[in-house]
Amino acid sequence: MDAIQKELLKQVADLDALPVGAYNIRADGKSIGRNSTANIQITPKEDLPGIDIHILPGTRNESMHIPVIMQESGLKDMVYNDFHVGENCDVTIVAGCGIHNCGTGTSAHDGIHTFYIGENSRVRYVEKHYGEGDGRGKQVMNPTTVIHLAKGASMTMETSQIKGIDDTVRTTSADLEEGAALVVREKILTTGDQKAETTFRVDLNGKGSSADVVSRSVARDQSSQHLIARVNGNSECAGHTECDSIIIDQGRVLAQPELEANCVDASLVHEAAIGKIAGEQLIKLMTLGLTEQEAEEQIINGFLR
Amino acid sequence: MLRLEHVSYDAEDKIEILKDIDLEITDRFVAITGPNGGGKSTLARLIAGIIRPTQGRILLDGEDITDLTVTERARRGVSYAFQQPVRFKGLRVRDLLKLAAGKDTTLNDACAYLSEVGLCARDYIDRELNASLSGGEMKRIEIATILARNTRLSVFDEPEAGIDLWSFQNLIHVFEKMSRESGGSILIISHQERILSIAERIIVLSGGRVEKQGTREEILPGLLKDTCSVLQEKMKGGAE
Repeated sequence: MDAIQKELLKQVADLDALPVGAYNIRADGKSIGRNSTANIQITPKEDLPGIDIHILPGTRNESMHIPVIMQESGLKDMVYNDFHVGENCDVTIVAGCGIHNCGTGTSAHDGIHTFYIGENSRVRYVEKHYGEGDGRGKQVMNPTTVIHLAKGASMTMETSQIKGIDDTVRTTSADLEEGAALVVREKILTTGDQKAETTFRVDLNGKGSSADVVSRSVARDQSSQHLIARVNGNSECAGHTECDSIIIDQGRVLAQPELEANCVDASLVHEAAIGKIAGEQLIKLMTLGLTEQEAEEQIINGFLR
Repeated sequence: MLRLEHVSYDAEDKIEILKDIDLEITDRFVAITGPNGGGKSTLARLIAGIIRPTQGRILLDGEDITDLTVTERARRGVSYAFQQPVRFKGLRVRDLLKLAAGKDTTLNDACAYLSEVGLCARDYIDRELNASLSGGEMKRIEIATILARNTRLSVFDEPEAGIDLWSFQNLIHVFEKMSRESGGSILIISHQERILSIAERIIVLSGGRVEKQGTREEILPGLLKDTCSVLQEKMKGGAE
């Protein structure tokens, strides 16, 4: 790996070296490193670009890394990764994509991740998106995540896009069986004239299923964001969605909650707050000796932590 | 140390909140008291630089700080504890203490500040300063940030408001200790007799003017005399 690849890997997966355990590292459309373990098998797909991951039932306290890094300007990469997680597992999956584009062509990565999570399994899924580059070419990412949670299964998805992605359409859909739980924590920062569109669609089908989707975002400069958070309560279930946004300069945010209760025992809640940084927050930090700019930076860093 | 020369402040609707305040604060522990709406909090905000006087000058150690920003005053040694502490989504107690102290805060450092206000650092250092903390907890953390700053002048705007009775007793010890050990001066806005009774000097602000000022011995008996016995008992009892 060269220095740029190493830096991208650090940004998206916190990796300084090859990870321990199972991994697949995809660089500029090709796998440059892959390792399966006794419990986590990674095999390339035969008909499509991408990999199949099979995690054996009962696999606990294991993690896998599947970062994607790109630095070839103008490359359009599309990848399909399917995760088959057996029953009674407890695993962490770290994904993420970093693009370094110094050229003039648009670099794009569209990742389609599908999770089949077995009964009573717990999955923590961490996904970071990052872009950089001094060229005129754009960095574009359109991640799609499809989650099927079996009875009693749960998934916590931590997804962030903090810097450098010019255009993104993020789509996440989930269906939950009895007693399954989904927690989503999304963080987005857009700057310049970037655009981000995020859609969540959660079907709470099973009795006692729950979803907690929280999106925190900051839109600065002339950037714009559009969030659609849809939860369908199809049985006795609990759904909560929250959109919390800070707008700075001419940033724009459209938060669009959609709650549909199709069962009298469905309990669905949406909260949304969009606004600039509260003046008293800035003043409090200024009374500690920070300049207004430093105070703003601290508030945003904390908000998107 | 702090001098206010003919300071007046008009609110946006031209209502005169403070009228020709002329004060010299040289004592280590000064309390400002007086009826609600008398201009006490406005005076504290003027000193911190959050608002600017309509007329008059403010001097800190001889330097005219009237036109200095909140940041510049903070860097010259003015600390200000909010009457209603500000909440932040995402920022933690550790972050605020670090910013206040101006250096990285270890668990030991945090313990030194937080234990003073009756909080265990281990339980609180990673708590977010959001709605999950009660008003009383926020208030104590606010006071801890002032301890962490340890500056030339610390201004507290009604530190007792929202603090329970048990904590109030400890709060008195915090101010006594601060006055004894820190090299700086304390300016407290308060209605509480217990706080007034440990101040070296008391200033009574009423109707936007300094009604009277003097040593504790000169002012406090008169204040209590004007109050009915039921109220006196309640004031002795502790916090609101």
